[in-house]
Amino acid sequence: MAKTDTKAKSLDRHGLTDEQLRQIFRNMLLQRQLDNRGFQLNRQGKVPFALGSEGHEALQAGAAMAFNRGKDILAPYYRDLGLALGIGLTPYEIMLSIFARADDHNGGRQFPNHYSSKAAGLMSFSSILAAHIPHAVGAAYAMKYRGESGRAVLVTCGDGTTSEGEWHESMNFAAVHKLPLVMLVENNEWAISTPLEKQMAQPEIWKRAAGYGMPGKRFNGFDPIETYATVKEAMDRARSGGGPTIVEGTCYRFLAHSTDDNDMTYRTKEVVAEARKHDPVPAFEHLLIESGVISEADVAAMKKDVLRETNDATDKAEAVPYPKPSDLYTHLYEGAWQPWQ
Amino acid sequence: MASKSGTAKASFERHGLTDEQLVQMLRTMLMHRRLEGRGFELNRQGKIPFASAGEGHEAVQAGAAMAFVRGKDILVPYYRDLGLDVGIGLSPLEVLLSLFARAADHSGGRQFPHHYASRKLGLYSISSVLAAQLPHAVGAAYAIKYRKEAGRAVLTTTGDGATSEGEFHESMNFAAVHKLPIVFLCENNEWAISTPLAKQMANPNIVDRAAGYGMPGKQVNGFDPIACYAAVKEAMDRARSGGGPTLIEAKCYRFLAHTTDDDDRTYRSREEVAERRKDDPVPNFERFLVERGVLTAEGLEDLKRSVLAEANEATDRAEAMPYPAPSDLYTNVYADTHQPWR
Amino acid sequence: MAVTAGSKVLNNVEAVRETLYEAMKNDDRTVILGEDVGARGNVFLITKDFINEFGPERVIDTPIAEASIVGIAIGMAMEGLRPIAEIQFADFIYPAFNQIVGEAAKTRYRSNGEYTCPLVIRTPYGGGVRGALSHSVSIEALFYHVPGLKIVAPAFPADVKGLLNAAIDDPDPVLFLEHKKTYRLIKGEVPEGHYTIPLGKANVLKEGKQLTVVSYGLYVHWALEAAKKLEDEGMSVEVIDLRSIRPMDKTAILNSVEKTRKLLIIHEDNKFGGIGAEISAMVAEEALFSLDGPIRRLCAPDVPAMGYAEPLEHEYMSSPEKMADAMRELVRF
Repeated sequence: MAKTDTKAKSLDRHGLTDEQLRQIFRNMLLQRQLDNRGFQLNRQGKVPFALGSEGHEALQAGAAMAFNRGKDILAPYYRDLGLALGIGLTPYEIMLSIFARADDHNGGRQFPNHYSSKAAGLMSFSSILAAHIPHAVGAAYAMKYRGESGRAVLVTCGDGTTSEGEWHESMNFAAVHKLPLVMLVENNEWAISTPLEKQMAQPEIWKRAAGYGMPGKRFNGFDPIETYATVKEAMDRARSGGGPTIVEGTCYRFLAHSTDDNDMTYRTKEVVAEARKHDPVPAFEHLLIESGVISEADVAAMKKDVLRETNDATDKAEAVPYPKPSDLYTHLYEGAWQPWQ
Repeated sequence: MASKSGTAKASFERHGLTDEQLVQMLRTMLMHRRLEGRGFELNRQGKIPFASAGEGHEAVQAGAAMAFVRGKDILVPYYRDLGLDVGIGLSPLEVLLSLFARAADHSGGRQFPHHYASRKLGLYSISSVLAAQLPHAVGAAYAIKYRKEAGRAVLTTTGDGATSEGEFHESMNFAAVHKLPIVFLCENNEWAISTPLAKQMANPNIVDRAAGYGMPGKQVNGFDPIACYAAVKEAMDRARSGGGPTLIEAKCYRFLAHTTDDDDRTYRSREEVAERRKDDPVPNFERFLVERGVLTAEGLEDLKRSVLAEANEATDRAEAMPYPAPSDLYTNVYADTHQPWR
Repeated sequence: MAVTAGSKVLNNVEAVRETLYEAMKNDDRTVILGEDVGARGNVFLITKDFINEFGPERVIDTPIAEASIVGIAIGMAMEGLRPIAEIQFADFIYPAFNQIVGEAAKTRYRSNGEYTCPLVIRTPYGGGVRGALSHSVSIEALFYHVPGLKIVAPAFPADVKGLLNAAIDDPDPVLFLEHKKTYRLIKGEVPEGHYTIPLGKANVLKEGKQLTVVSYGLYVHWALEAAKKLEDEGMSVEVIDLRSIRPMDKTAILNSVEKTRKLLIIHEDNKFGGIGAEISAMVAEEALFSLDGPIRRLCAPDVPAMGYAEPLEHEYMSSPEKMADAMRELVRF
């Protein structure tokens, strides 16, 4: 589908085809639909917990487009629904995680949104912020050690996580060894209730890159094309031996941290409403229509299709059984285990 | 030594330091080297099991100590800070008590040598675990700010290796967020035991990290005690007057092995060390002060003699003191006597 | 000592070194990472010259950052390497606590078996070497509570090799504890070639009839010395070297206790919440009516660590004499 075409003359598309642009947009729609579904199911009392990435859609859909399936590795954090979808996880897999069903990759052990899929190159991670970043560095080390050029690790975190010691230790090690790694910071300005100015004195995280001796770049995370271009450039550099990069995408967390959080205790409706004016989902819809990449009718059809897929995934996942009580005891070590032998 | 601020020959940038202060800095440097040499001697004589040394750090520590206001500021050092500790008032006897692990040592002979602490001097207790002291320094600075004690600041130090620890990052970030009265002095001696700077970090200029945290950073020649004094003084003054934290990186060199347990010939050449010794700050500063007329050649000899006499006396006195009693193992675990079962 | 054919005499440092060397030689997925493991060859010279033979890509002098040493090793393991991480002294492991307890131990479990973490974390521990507060601690009790980890603490060179090989081959994370004081003090015959000793198997070092003594690490040697002394006094003491702390060998302990009907547990770590507490509880649950006396524990006092000054270290550490006293008292009970 490589007709770089149409009336879309005004669009700086960084080599993205119409098909890819539509794919990015569909990912954004699906992300929002699935996020909302989690919150709905929680309000219906069907799932105890959900968390949303609203405001991160553009950033994640754009970054995912720079990921090479079957080659690269993604070490995400728990607000990366769009990235997980973008690299190949299905809505059904997402719903299995939300419903904690037996067929979930984690067998219903992990919190929702803590996806992992060895097949997709998606590394398992915990809820502990920054704990996964050294793992990403280790994976990048393995790639470099084995001389696997053309592969890289994309590791992500929010702004809050950059305060953790492991973030620092990881950046330093990656720089020393010039590892094939891209540190993508999704700066949404909020760490649960802690605003950026209480998290760091200097709000531009990418500026720390110089201290580590690696390139850094900031981009508008509400713009999926700019995101794609920035992440792609960094991933290409990593894949070809050019070492790590810190890329920082600015975005915003439109929803509360999770279904257990009430963000009105620490920020106002007005602040959120102001940020919502730049909501990347309708903005990108508008851009694609204006540039002739997609028609209004196609958008309507796509939205219907995304809703149908979400509904199907929900119904299908809900019908899958829970793990059995005896599943509590499996996969602790290889083979059966007892602390006493 | 009379306090006459500048003789006829004294045309150099002294940053307000009087002759007496300059001589005091040199004395700290000489004492630093003497006491560390003593630790290695005692180890070779089989009198103590362990010593470590900061040869090459004399200038940065003597300079930094001069910027410390006794009775007001707090020092949170690391284990290679003998000169800094002596410079803020720790006596040679206290140093030797630590080396000999005697009962009268501040830690009661519990800690490794050079892990000095003195509540009276504002010198914090530290462990051997790198960077673990930095959050404590930040906490102390927070307390100073919280109580609005203007005119006070915390000076905390590390080597280059400790800057790789997560706690370094967490401490710098928090200090910047809260604009705390603290100065982070990194004594970059290029070696973390056997690990050279190039394996420790990709960008050898630690000072470049300051901008990322949103605080000022300054790099200084750690072999120049006056420059070190000026840099630390400026940063401490800023901290004391509400201007927030600073990162200072002093470039120096570790002339000796890491400790008496280390053999640095396994990882660096004699030639490299000899080359760097050419810039040894101790004879350089001796020469400098004599050439500038701050000190006479005779005065220098007197100074060295008095340093040796003091070190010898401290050694003899400390050695004569008793070890802690076995029962001292059980004190100061909690505020009261303790038993895990009640 | 007379050396059996196909064996050689090594101390514990040499046994660790030889085993690591063979692992590096035999499997290029194996990498060693830690502070000063390269040019310095580790602070005890365990990996001396490895960097010259295997190169800096496989013998990694890390920055001083323990959380990331373990964390990066986890990522390597998840991505198919077989990392052996070193924490220079056990006292420095605390910054890596989350990576070990929260991450390595849970990787397989949380991914329901999709990801695994075959990782060895080696660290020298223990006192009696004038290591003061920060170079002398025992850490096993902080970790043995954690499902998902395995913990080994061998005492003899042959066990060091067999258990380290088993740890390296193991598909799950293993914390491998090496007692510093035994490093050069303890020598013994070590078979040539590759062999493993299964994790979770204790070793009955000396058979006896009147008392079972269970220990591990340095104290095994002292317990053995004390038990031999009691032999001369006409008392018969059985000495068991646990070798593995998690999993632990129940069969060996129960078989012995059912025979001797008395149990003394000796360890260098402090008593409250220590390994001895778990063994005591297990024996009380499983073999209470086999006992002819109270279960006793001889452990370190309830203080954070041994002090640097010689009397403080001496007071903290046990000794063959103190052990003999405790054994005598329980035999006579």
